Amino acid sequence: MKPLQRLQRFFLESLFLPAVGLLLCLLLWQVLSGKTVKTTVRDDFGDLVTVTKRVGLSKDLPSPAETWAASKTYVLQPWAKRGELDQGILAFTWLSLKLVAQGYAIALILGTPIGFCLGLSKSFAKTFDPIIQILRPVSPLAWLPLGMVLFLSVKIHVPGAGAPYTASELAAIFTIAVCSMWPTVLNTAVGVRAIPQDYLNVAKVLKLSRTKTLLKVLVPATLPYMFTGFRLSLGIAWLVIVAAEMLTGRPGVGGFLWQQYNALNYAHIILCILTIGFVGYALDRLMSLVESRFKSV
Amino acid sequence: MPLLSLKDVRIGFGSGPGRHEVLRDIHLEIQEGEFVAIVGYSGSGKSTLLNLLAGLLQPDAGSLQLRGLPAPGPGPDRGVVFQNYSLLPWLTVTENIALAVDQVFPEWQPGQRAAHVRRYIEMVRLTPAAQKRPSELSGGMRQRVSLARALACEPAILLMDEPFGALDALTRANLQDEVVRIWLENRRTALLITNDVDEALLMADRILPLSAGPGATLGPSVSVPLSRPRDRRSLHHEASYKHARRTVLDYLLGPGSHAKLAVSRKLVLPDLLPEDLDGPRPSLFAPPKRRAHSATETVELH
Ligand SMILES: Nc1ncnc2c1ncn2[C@@H]1O[C@H](COP(=O)(O)OP(=O)(O)OP(=O)(O)O)[C@@H](O)[C@H]1O
Ligand SMILES: [Mg+2]
Repeated sequence: MKPLQRLQRFFLESLFLPAVGLLLCLLLWQVLSGKTVKTTVRDDFGDLVTVTKRVGLSKDLPSPAETWAASKTYVLQPWAKRGELDQGILAFTWLSLKLVAQGYAIALILGTPIGFCLGLSKSFAKTFDPIIQILRPVSPLAWLPLGMVLFLSVKIHVPGAGAPYTASELAAIFTIAVCSMWPTVLNTAVGVRAIPQDYLNVAKVLKLSRTKTLLKVLVPATLPYMFTGFRLSLGIAWLVIVAAEMLTGRPGVGGFLWQQYNALNYAHIILCILTIGFVGYALDRLMSLVESRFKSV
Repeated sequence: MPLLSLKDVRIGFGSGPGRHEVLRDIHLEIQEGEFVAIVGYSGSGKSTLLNLLAGLLQPDAGSLQLRGLPAPGPGPDRGVVFQNYSLLPWLTVTENIALAVDQVFPEWQPGQRAAHVRRYIEMVRLTPAAQKRPSELSGGMRQRVSLARALACEPAILLMDEPFGALDALTRANLQDEVVRIWLENRRTALLITNDVDEALLMADRILPLSAGPGATLGPSVSVPLSRPRDRRSLHHEASYKHARRTVLDYLLGPGSHAKLAVSRKLVLPDLLPEDLDGPRPSLFAPPKRRAHSATETVELH
């Protein structure tokens, strides 16, 4: 292909078409959203009063311009901290990410060995498969109250980490870990089962010890599957954090969203949704970069 | 006492009517220092036989003996060149071989082990590709890595499963000579599995034909009384070459090999009952009547 053609194609496929899609969505949003109209009417006493009214298809939905105007300070001063539940959007994101990282780490640390056991041992798989199948579809909204109950009287103080973990924090971490663990568990198990007999034969002929077989053959052979699991788990962890923050009212993107809904600040809901979407997308891209590195080997 | 022997071995896969009998009545004795070749059809059970010898498969009947004693499980004393190379794709050529060498010679100094690995990479002429991964190598190069890995363990017996299958004629000739040279150098025992009679005649002291499956068995041993080193250009004119070649081919192509050729297949009848027009009409939601019905048919081929 000629360079000029390639450039044209790049413009068309990577810039122009996505821009068209974006514009169409904004247009739809604009059409759906309401607008504020001020009318001057003469009231029953004969005085002239200004009445502010919202009209439109969904009259309380703020339009794109209104959303931007209301969100400007949060976006333009992303790290500002004006109060516990009034911070810049990146500050909130950072708080959420910190919690996600802890729950996600626990999910990986527990999920990977469980997946290996499921893949390696038939009797282990037979024993725990029903439980896993039952626990897997449970919604984060259902796990969170259980987490609250579990950690109600637990105080975990990590030296050097400042304030001790609160029950709601621990419940959120617990929920993230429990919900995001399953893709890692199942993908690892599938990966272990898919290891070609050839590789195991090599380990047998060389008489590798159990640990050596695990580290030199099983883990590297499963790695691509494991990373697919890790990526899916991260997606779920990020989904769960919003629900967990909403229920516990913790500061973070989800907590902010819920608080702003209660405060009737609808523009900020949209800001939060967009932030959640962008961060989720960025996390997924990041993980698939890592994943493709391992897949290519 | 033979180095490795199979006595009265039978093996198959599956059970019940779907059982597939692969090998039967296998008697095999490999003496120390011998170069034995097994020649047989594709799918007759050559790899199965090799897996038995390596200890990777257990026979359904009969026994495997190493130096007269029941053979232990698989180990590096029986080096295997697998048919599909079986290299670990996440390791480089050097690392693949080093994994084996580190395992077999743990008492050596690291430097000594590294030199050993380099020596065998050199031997199969892969020094320029030493840091490449298997996916970056051609099929023939992979086969050479697999060979180097097996040789580097210095096994008592080297089991090779069609090690030159993926090679072009020129590389194949080179590598055949190479394997024979290495074998002559230290006179280790070698077993070569191949589907090429000429290759077997060129390399082996003794050829065992394997009849076609299912239920394949080894034919009488044919010795190859040709002096070494053998020259593949003049070999064809020697009387003993022609005689050995004819004996092997006669067995493989003759009636003895096909006499027991039979396939059994499971017949599954359609899962339907003929509609009964006279009786009361069954409810629309009643589960369909099922008739589990299968039969086995054995067809003798002549
Ligand atoms: N694990 C297995 N399960 C079921 N059947 C098997 C298994 N391994 C081999 N077989 C069957 O045993 C027969 C012999 O297989 P084998 O791999 O030993 O053949 P082969 O002689 O090495 O063939 P080729 O020359 O093509 O490598 C085949 O019919 C195959 O279908
Ligand atoms: Mg084979």
